[in-house]
Amino acid sequence: MPEPMVQVHEVTKVYERGRQKIEVLHGLTLDIPKGDFVALMGPSGSGKTTLLNLIGGLDQPTSGEIAVGGKRIDQLGSGQLASWRARNVGFVFQFYNLMPVLSAEANIELPLLLTRLSAAERRRNVAVALEVVGLADRAKHKPRELSGGQEQRVAIARALVSDPQLLVCDEPTGDLDRKTADEILGLLQVLNREHGKTIVIVTHDPKAAEFARRTLHLEKGQLLEQAA
Amino acid sequence: MTRSGFVIANLFRKRVRTILTLLSVIMAFLLFGLLQSVNTVFSSGADFVGATRLFVQARVSFTTPLPVSMVPKLEAIPGVARVAYQQWFGGVWQTNTPLIMFALDPQRYHDVYPEWKMPEAQWQAFEHTRTGLIVGRQLAKQYGWKIGQKIPISSNIWPQKNGSKAWQFDLVGIFDGKDEDWQKRTNLAFIQQDYFDEANQFGIKGRTNFFILKLADGANAEAVSKTVDAMFENSPDETKTQTEKDFNISFVKQIGDIGLIVRWILFAVFFTLLLVVGNTMAQSVRERIPELAVLKTLGFSDGSVLGFVLAEAFALVLAGGLVGLALASLAGAMVEKATGGQFLLKLDVSVWLLGVAAIVLMSLAVGLLPALRARRLRIVDALAGR
Repeated sequence: MPEPMVQVHEVTKVYERGRQKIEVLHGLTLDIPKGDFVALMGPSGSGKTTLLNLIGGLDQPTSGEIAVGGKRIDQLGSGQLASWRARNVGFVFQFYNLMPVLSAEANIELPLLLTRLSAAERRRNVAVALEVVGLADRAKHKPRELSGGQEQRVAIARALVSDPQLLVCDEPTGDLDRKTADEILGLLQVLNREHGKTIVIVTHDPKAAEFARRTLHLEKGQLLEQAA
Repeated sequence: MTRSGFVIANLFRKRVRTILTLLSVIMAFLLFGLLQSVNTVFSSGADFVGATRLFVQARVSFTTPLPVSMVPKLEAIPGVARVAYQQWFGGVWQTNTPLIMFALDPQRYHDVYPEWKMPEAQWQAFEHTRTGLIVGRQLAKQYGWKIGQKIPISSNIWPQKNGSKAWQFDLVGIFDGKDEDWQKRTNLAFIQQDYFDEANQFGIKGRTNFFILKLADGANAEAVSKTVDAMFENSPDETKTQTEKDFNISFVKQIGDIGLIVRWILFAVFFTLLLVVGNTMAQSVRERIPELAVLKTLGFSDGSVLGFVLAEAFALVLAGGLVGLALASLAGAMVEKATGGQFLLKLDVSVWLLGVAAIVLMSLAVGLLPALRARRLRIVDALAGR
């Protein structure tokens, strides 16, 4: 039995919008083993992104337990959670979310400012991350000088640079054409298979889900089935 | 890259906006530096160091005349070498050009002010011509006056006995300054006290606005000043004795409470600056809510994000403030040079310290609200554009 990376147990998430309470997740339970590559699919409003946010420590559940790498993160305060995220999770977003004022290499270096690495060590790690995503020749370029696919590669390099075991990706190919999307998904596959990263992606695209080892379907805040 | 590099990069994301804001900060601190040094000059205490002349005026105001009969008493005070006196004439050239013009005793004035250079024959002519007038080189040049001309000058205070405010003088001399500093002050005109005494309608005969005491070598200016004021204490003509520099300052103070005026101007300047820079900072944070959320996602704490925004505000105000204060120092030095050292607009340590305090306060005032907003951001809401 592989060691679990993510354990979600009886998690409920309720959002308050004004006077209205919206229960997005209803007692959801889920285990993701280390080294897995999981695609979360489901219609809009099914709770995919909410679940991803909870797994990535961006939000806290209303009730239930979440452990990542054996660490209960539902019990951490905001500051502890921030520092946990810096060490343990890499994030990739649909719209890349790079800092437009920084070059590709500076964007990738950003998470390393939270570590005790020297400037030389940071530069070395950034160079490795750029090599991994195949953008070594674009290090000095600003995001606006890059294509969408290249921007997403920089975002993946930024997610990788502090060597987290878990990557969470919210619609990482939602803004890309098919060919570029396949390249990005291929890159994630390499990171999963060759570098042992556990990856959770949210996607609407069945073709994207095919790159994952398994697909989980959510509907109305509940897990429907597990497909191989 | 460093955190400070990141702050600077963010600051210049909208280059034109940042430069314009920076310029407004520079202007505000330039004004701050200059006005604060004016305030320092006007609020500084008496400084007798290096004084070679003292001015004696009525304690109430220098517009209250003192009797010329005080001269022998003043000259008898140890440390006083010679006494001159001056009466404001209120001269007006042609219709409405005011002149800095005094009635005085020529010989005494010549003795007390060796800095004015004029041929001895012209000093003699001034002393012996009842309607004599001498003017500084700048004034003569400005109006094309030549020695021997009759110069009609009105007084906005003193009519003649016949009721006319139009006086007529004979230009008998043109003086210059001994060096560059004094040459810059040759915009003055002097007439005979005797003629003024006889001819003015109000009959303030034998009285003058103030005395100028030329101190003997090595005399203690402060001690002489105290002696003079003590001598006339509880008399009908109580005096106030001060240095030439302090007298000049008190002359300007007649305009009003300089400190209050300066404070109000600075309040208006900084209030405007607060709006300009505050708006820039607020707009800058509003524009990059998702970026700030990404910083938090990457693991930067709420405090770090607050720090980034405050650091941007601080960097902007610090850069503008220091450049503004440096320019004020430069402008102050230029004013000092142009006025021949009469108006010392030096940015001393106290002005710089106040400036630095203003920089810190202004940074907090403009940066704190946007920084708190950034600190409070909830990642999931900000990323979702809520």
